[in-house]
Amino acid sequence: MSKENNHISSYKDHLLVLALLITLTVITVAITSIELNAFNTAAAMLIASCKAAIVLLYFMHLRFDQKIFLIMAFLVIALLVVVIGITFIDYLYR
Amino acid sequence: MENNHLPNYLEYRGKRTGLLGWLTTTDHKRIGLLYFYSMMTFFLTGAVLGILMRLELIAPGRQLVDAQTYNAFFTLHGLAMIFLFVIPGVGAVFGNFMLPIMLGAKDVAFPKVNLLSWYLYVLGAIIVLTSQFMGDGPPDTGWTFYAPYSLKTQTNVVAAVFGAFVLGFSSILTGLNFITTMHRMRAPGMGWKRMPMFAWTLYATGWIQLLATPIVGITLLMLAAERLLGIGFFDPAIGGDPILFQHLFWTYSHPAVYIMILPAMGVISEIIPTFSRKPLFGYTALIVSSMAIAFVGYFVWGHHMFTSGMSEGARWVFSFLSFIVAIPSAIKVFNWTATLYKGAINLQTPFWWAMAFIFVFMIGGFSGLVVGSLATDIHVHDTYFVVAHFHYIVFGGTGFAFFAAMHYWWPKIYGRMYNTKIANIGLLIFFTGFNMLYFPMFILGLMGMPRRYYDYLPQFQDGNVISTIGSWIMISGLIIIITNLIRAKKQTGKIVDNPWNGPTLEWSIQSPPTLENFEELPVVTHGPYEFK
Amino acid sequence: MNSNNQNMETAIHTHSDMHRDDTASKLGMWLFIFTEILLFGGLFIVYSVYRYMNPVAFHLAHEELSITMGLINTIILLISSATVAMSITAIQKGDKRLSLYMVGATILLALVFLINKYFEWGSKFEHGMYPGSDLMDMLSNGDMLFFSLYFFMTGLHGVHIIVGMVLLAVSWFKIKKDAVRSDKYALLENSGLYWHLVDLIWIFLFPLFYLIH
Repeated sequence: MSKENNHISSYKDHLLVLALLITLTVITVAITSIELNAFNTAAAMLIASCKAAIVLLYFMHLRFDQKIFLIMAFLVIALLVVVIGITFIDYLYR
Repeated sequence: MENNHLPNYLEYRGKRTGLLGWLTTTDHKRIGLLYFYSMMTFFLTGAVLGILMRLELIAPGRQLVDAQTYNAFFTLHGLAMIFLFVIPGVGAVFGNFMLPIMLGAKDVAFPKVNLLSWYLYVLGAIIVLTSQFMGDGPPDTGWTFYAPYSLKTQTNVVAAVFGAFVLGFSSILTGLNFITTMHRMRAPGMGWKRMPMFAWTLYATGWIQLLATPIVGITLLMLAAERLLGIGFFDPAIGGDPILFQHLFWTYSHPAVYIMILPAMGVISEIIPTFSRKPLFGYTALIVSSMAIAFVGYFVWGHHMFTSGMSEGARWVFSFLSFIVAIPSAIKVFNWTATLYKGAINLQTPFWWAMAFIFVFMIGGFSGLVVGSLATDIHVHDTYFVVAHFHYIVFGGTGFAFFAAMHYWWPKIYGRMYNTKIANIGLLIFFTGFNMLYFPMFILGLMGMPRRYYDYLPQFQDGNVISTIGSWIMISGLIIIITNLIRAKKQTGKIVDNPWNGPTLEWSIQSPPTLENFEELPVVTHGPYEFK
Repeated sequence: MNSNNQNMETAIHTHSDMHRDDTASKLGMWLFIFTEILLFGGLFIVYSVYRYMNPVAFHLAHEELSITMGLINTIILLISSATVAMSITAIQKGDKRLSLYMVGATILLALVFLINKYFEWGSKFEHGMYPGSDLMDMLSNGDMLFFSLYFFMTGLHGVHIIVGMVLLAVSWFKIKKDAVRSDKYALLENSGLYWHLVDLIWIFLFPLFYLIH
């Protein structure tokens, strides 16, 4: 394994990532408590996606692993987004 | 072979022998055969139910059974054939057996998980089958479990749904295993572009299994929760949307059609070069088309729902996408026929099966355009036209390819040759019966006979009689084919290693293979279809 | 036949430990995670469709949920994700003791999450709001869908928490017995991946259920 994956994240990096994630969480709560109409949901989802990306890239190590894992994960998430989009073609035009 | 020191996988005795040796095996070849035997059992069960349904439909009114029993028959026929035979089908049996050998590997990546998949398959099958006999009577929803009827019917839906869920899990694990095997276990020199086409189709299939199955899994769980826990998702009475159930159901179940057909196409792509003595025409195009089918096939589910009340915009988008997915399928047929061109064709039984496959698959494919196009589908939706179409694709496609694979790899699996003359006669009878059974359904459907009904108007009787007689012919062909193969297995006739001069790696080792397949890992130096 | 048996015995030995492929196990885990993403993906489709159809009801229904509770649980899961990631760093550096502590901390945090969830669900149940209750049956359409989705999605997420805890507990014992160590830590790494997935899902569940505006 060490041949193919020799990157070891430091403890400090993990803590920094954690701090970033908690900050983003607090920001979401703050944003959704003020009135921005439709933008609230958009902002909440955008921040959630950022958090998810951070977890995937750093905690789940996609940034440092073989590229194939990153490509696969990206395509799978893109697939889910497209499926949701296609489903909504029905509901938006009802 | 006389210079063969190691026992083959059938003779091999490990710690446990006899039946236990099979039930605890992690050998991909034995697991493939475990799937094969259990699957044939379910296939024959489904076939008997089909025959009984045809017999009931020979004339209007009651012949054999009452309407509720008939509903149970077609639900069980659908469940057994779809979930227990064609979905795992070619991949679980021949994929398990051949894939590692074709890659030059000794086994799949996770042999224990592979055995677990089989156990889950059997468990799921048992649950599905017992749902017929336990509780409040056999499910009468059809294999689609459409809400809201599946929420209201008093029959044993939850058990059947749970069985389907377990089967889905088994399918996911098989896909996971195959993909990992192809990524990690290829022999030295076996680059991606040197993998046989069958392996490539299993790769595409594996991704569909992984990414589509969970959607139906969660949908069925929601259905079960709605029935058991008193929460609501799909019941219109509490604001739920039954069409959403259909969306989710077909988000899996349409790609499932490609889970069935892609490995079947892979089998045909193996047989045609072997018997034309020519490399597969357009190897790269076939890889691309397999991946394209898997990918685009994910976005066309809505064409099952043209009359459900889905919005106008969605309907034309789905119709358009469905036409797009016809292109890669057509590329495949074109490449197979182009492979034949100027080939040194060897007219053996597997080749005839492949030709029969192309014939019926073309009819199925073209009728697919009729149901995929919005305007005509409104007319033929839920008629026998659809029944004919999907039997031509699912049975004519996957079923024929399954039999083609059996005839192609039988000498590999058992090291014994069958009687090719009887096999050809059996195929001819089977093929005649098949077309007689299903072709009249196209006409009945165009005349307006609705599917799934127990009874019909007198003007539909002629077609139904022809169809029922066809079912008798087809079953006779089936009996001939199967007895011929079983006899070959029992005979101690001449052992053949490579009767067809097959080019791919599985033919380079002895038949039946040894436990390890390769005593030494092969080093691959050329593509899959090089003939000397 | 006897000599054959002998032959095969040795063959099967080389067969089983011939090569350990940690990348293969990791790939297997990732593929499994993809299926989990799609499993919850199906629920997110249902959620978004029903929210689109019942915007007002979903907004009003979410006010029944406590943002504080959700926020606390979110932070607990984020911390547990960090601790499990640190346990992997520790094992890679050969620090067995710290790795054990970190896996232990993760399991503990998971337990706290579940206890919180228990109280959160419990307060709903006390108010007569649980699947199949009379109150739930009387809900208006949108509310009914919201709470059905709430119970089902957080419930399924809870099941995943428990599975993750089991995986982590197994890893803990393996580290203890040195079966997981600095040159062989695929099990811990894969359990960690699974645990991050649980966190990943919650990252979306939290704003979708607690923070609707």
